[in-house]
Amino acid sequence: MSEHFVKFTNVTKKYLGRVALDNVSFDLPRGKIAALVGPNGSGKSTILKLTAGLVHPTKGSVTVLGKTANRRIAGEVAYLSESDILYPFFTVEETIKFNAGLFADFDRQKAKEILSFMHLEPDQKVKHLSKGNRGRLKILLALSRRAPLILMDEPLSGLDPLVRDSIIKSMISHLDLQEQTVLMSTHEVSEVEPVLDLVMSINEGHIMAIEEVENIREQYGLSLVDWMKETLAK
Amino acid sequence: MSQAFNNTQPIYLQILQRLCRQVVRGEIKAGEKLLSVREMALQCGVNPNTVQRVYVELERLEIAETRRGLGSFITEDEARLKRLRKQLKNEQIENFIADMAETGFSPEEILAGVREKLPDNKGRRRD
Repeated sequence: MSEHFVKFTNVTKKYLGRVALDNVSFDLPRGKIAALVGPNGSGKSTILKLTAGLVHPTKGSVTVLGKTANRRIAGEVAYLSESDILYPFFTVEETIKFNAGLFADFDRQKAKEILSFMHLEPDQKVKHLSKGNRGRLKILLALSRRAPLILMDEPLSGLDPLVRDSIIKSMISHLDLQEQTVLMSTHEVSEVEPVLDLVMSINEGHIMAIEEVENIREQYGLSLVDWMKETLAK
Repeated sequence: MSQAFNNTQPIYLQILQRLCRQVVRGEIKAGEKLLSVREMALQCGVNPNTVQRVYVELERLEIAETRRGLGSFITEDEARLKRLRKQLKNEQIENFIADMAETGFSPEEILAGVREKLPDNKGRRRD
């Protein structure tokens, strides 16, 4: 059991000379649900992509479970991207089968449970799904994997309140926090607040603060939104 | 989400208080099994780790006990539950008195005010 489940050490990431992350270091412990919060362009997606091994740090190191993050850790990390990753010509069921073939840790039984929990129709084609149901399907694909680390880039963005609620509920009922750790970026802070253990606020490529959500209430008597305003105003 | 939480207190504490009130009201009986951590998390719309903390705290307070493989149960120790009832009562009354005193009411005024209002509230229950 590694304490440092995800570890960033002095990580700098530049895209064509523009600094996206500037000398960032942090540890993410196991078995937690953590959120990255901060304005657009602050570096949230970059942290997720670095953790997933999809991009490499310009300086510093990123490790997941003690291993350097690169494309080979895809088997241990479920990454839900912000962009649409579904094939429009597949049905919901075909999409699930396709993903089950891609990932050894894909749990078909779990996928089935989430399918009925989310009221998705297995025979519907992806291109005929509403945006909300596409959002639900993406979550289903991420939560059906028994990966030790689940990364989600803006899982709630652009979805209506009912869909957001069903996504949060399915996270509560289908994540296995004995075995799994979640890191997600989000702007829907007040909605996810009750399901979070930890929050990291980021601004202009710097981590402004990392705090346990219950501590924010206990010590500062603040909601997460107010705390964010304070830390990001520094 | 299913239940609203106020922003200034830790969520685990708010769930803990709700459960204690349900026990005192008799909605949850002595010896009754509590929802599993996941069921409770889903019902409250919170992180399962938070509910786990509530159950650990209830056990520390000797209000509930965890039986391995079976789940958490409210204690059958009636004396403990009586004490809980008294504790909650005192807490509420102390808060009320402190509030009233701060607003500048004398003990006599408080007593008279309570006597006057009490009949209106008979039978009314709040969460």
